Amino acid sequence: MTAATPASRPGAYLDHAATTPMRREALAAMLPYLGAQFANPSGLHAASRAARRALDDARDDLAVALGCEPGEVVLTSGGTESDNLAVLGVHRRSGGTVVVSAVEHRAVLRPAASVGARVAPVRPDGRIDLVALAGLVDPSVSLVSVMLVNSEVGVVQPVGDIVAVVRRLAPGALVHCDAVQGLLWCDVAALTAGCDLVSVSAHKFGGPKGVGALVVRERAAGAVAPLLVGGGQERELRPGTENVAGAVAMAAAARLSVAERQATVARVGALRDQLVDGVLAAVPGAAEPAPRELRVAGSAHLRFPGVDAEELLFLLDGDGVAASTGSACASGARDPSHVLLAMAWTPAEAREAVRFTLGPTTTPEEVEYARRAVLAALGRLGTRTELGD
Amino acid sequence: MRVLVAMSGGVDSSVAAALLHEQGHEVVGATLKLWSGAGDSGCCSVADVTDARRVADQLGIDHHVFNFTEEFEASVIGPYVAAHAAGRTPNPCVECNRHLKFRRLLDRALRLGFDAVATGHHARVERDASGRPQLLRGADAAKDQSYVLSVLGAAELERVLLPVGELTKAEVRAAATGRGLRTAAKPDSQDVCFVASRTPGAGRASFLAERIELHPGRVVDARSGAALGTVEALELVTVGQRRGLGVASGGGVGARRYALAVDVASRTVLVGGEDELLTGAVRLAERTWVHEALPPGTEVLVQASAHGRPRPAAVDEDGVRFAAPERRVAPGQLVACYRGDAVVGSGIAC
Repeated sequence: MTAATPASRPGAYLDHAATTPMRREALAAMLPYLGAQFANPSGLHAASRAARRALDDARDDLAVALGCEPGEVVLTSGGTESDNLAVLGVHRRSGGTVVVSAVEHRAVLRPAASVGARVAPVRPDGRIDLVALAGLVDPSVSLVSVMLVNSEVGVVQPVGDIVAVVRRLAPGALVHCDAVQGLLWCDVAALTAGCDLVSVSAHKFGGPKGVGALVVRERAAGAVAPLLVGGGQERELRPGTENVAGAVAMAAAARLSVAERQATVARVGALRDQLVDGVLAAVPGAAEPAPRELRVAGSAHLRFPGVDAEELLFLLDGDGVAASTGSACASGARDPSHVLLAMAWTPAEAREAVRFTLGPTTTPEEVEYARRAVLAALGRLGTRTELGD
Repeated sequence: MRVLVAMSGGVDSSVAAALLHEQGHEVVGATLKLWSGAGDSGCCSVADVTDARRVADQLGIDHHVFNFTEEFEASVIGPYVAAHAAGRTPNPCVECNRHLKFRRLLDRALRLGFDAVATGHHARVERDASGRPQLLRGADAAKDQSYVLSVLGAAELERVLLPVGELTKAEVRAAATGRGLRTAAKPDSQDVCFVASRTPGAGRASFLAERIELHPGRVVDARSGAALGTVEALELVTVGQRRGLGVASGGGVGARRYALAVDVASRTVLVGGEDELLTGAVRLAERTWVHEALPPGTEVLVQASAHGRPRPAAVDEDGVRFAAPERRVAPGQLVACYRGDAVVGSGIAC
């Protein structure tokens, strides 16, 4: 494939939902702007004009990938900033009530909570409960924010249906879609076509960390207040000297991810099935948290009853397999997943779930290595040596 | 050996990890996230995890964070709050050792293929003449922590390493300084990790007030039945306490009044003079023995607080009997029994 290997020792990197290795093309595209072409795109001289051209080209590519106009792409520092700008920016300008789903990323949940948002429940399969959502949306609502792909369980939300509910019950409200986990696996442009605001983050699809974008459709531009004030960059929605290198790399990664998407989905989906089916066949009681057909091709989420996920991950880490539970607190401890709790799991069940996320660089060898490592680790945990009660 | 070191981010556990690593053991560090409430300035704040991780980086060992917040709530916080509500004076650090560090963590360590768990406690584990593990006081008498470990039995001690127990605190700090560990000058932790306060006592009061109703109590003379005053929260009164009872302290030493008992049901604190505080015995619940139970009549030394004076006593049927009358032990407090420097058992004062 087209990316650097994330690890040199034998193992498997199956934490692509946390971050992906950078694509070589993205790295190559950004290097000149970290070197000789360092100019500030806001200047008036030739060097600045070259930087400006690179930035405009990047914006054009991103617009194609995201299904919007170039002028609608607001460059940010990443998914968290994009989500905050959407939620807090709309609330600051328009007030009103914010509605979010219970399974959003914390970058949406926490700003939403700070403005007293209503939280829409999800069904046990992880998809938003449209009937409950309709009960929460009324003309007082200024923003509804629902993610495209869940970062923990990989479930794709019915964004089109959600938009329809909002348009019917709150015609003045904006719809924000956190599509941070979507670009590798979904036709983001088509699926979010009805949304007013869309968040993406470069490092989730082979770009660098520290750069992202919020699509702000023309019709919504006046309804978003900036969180930062300063120069007039990014239509005054996000002042600050542009991260030219980051934008260029993000655009390259986005362009290639979209072009390769169907092939990636087919290939990685087969590897995911191989991993999940291989483990399910060998481990009685293991189960997937949500129907596979509702989830993106890179998502392999499994629950092992009676197994502490923290212990399984410890042993897998020792064998060179990088996986996660999907949520961690600031100290690095694994927290019980708010997503699984929202899907009506008990905290005890949530502690038994492990997230493996595959990406475009995942190889059949990694998947086979991981399958064997999981079975070996479960075997070790099965032979318990307990003291006391 | 493969050793899992519980690294709190403090100097003692930092040095424990360093010493074991230098002795050639395969060492992995783990910091326990025990508490996620407000004021996590205690044993599991992000800053402490960072200190533990950076020390591990410096030693070249792996470091993990284990989330035991649910078990901590169930085994430590819940019982702590319930004990105060019942007018007792619990010791949450002891319950954390009993249930978390030397059960939950030790169980996990063994499942993950470790041979032992190590901590930075100032106490020693040595073999007696017949090869059985013994828990002994730490080399630094002023820092000895064998008291809070006295709930451990032989099964746990077989799997526990306490490498800094051989050192004085000054030697621990010198060892950390000599190795350039970033925790070398870090102050010792004070008080209970989940109760944060700059004012001693105030943190505990506000922590409890968020969880249970605190009731004012009448302060009554045990002999005369006379009402002497009131306390704001009888759940915060400790048997043996003299200050803060709202009783005038004039009249010299002989007139001093101590809390003798707290009765939550009648919202009464009984007080009396020092002579009334004295008792010949203390009844114990949750008794543990390091090895087999010692028969009644066995002479032991009894310690009823972290750095309390050991008092001569003898084991009896349901607790210990003092050789001479001693001030009573507040219900809920841990009583550790020693023979010489070795812990032989423990119990919780009734």
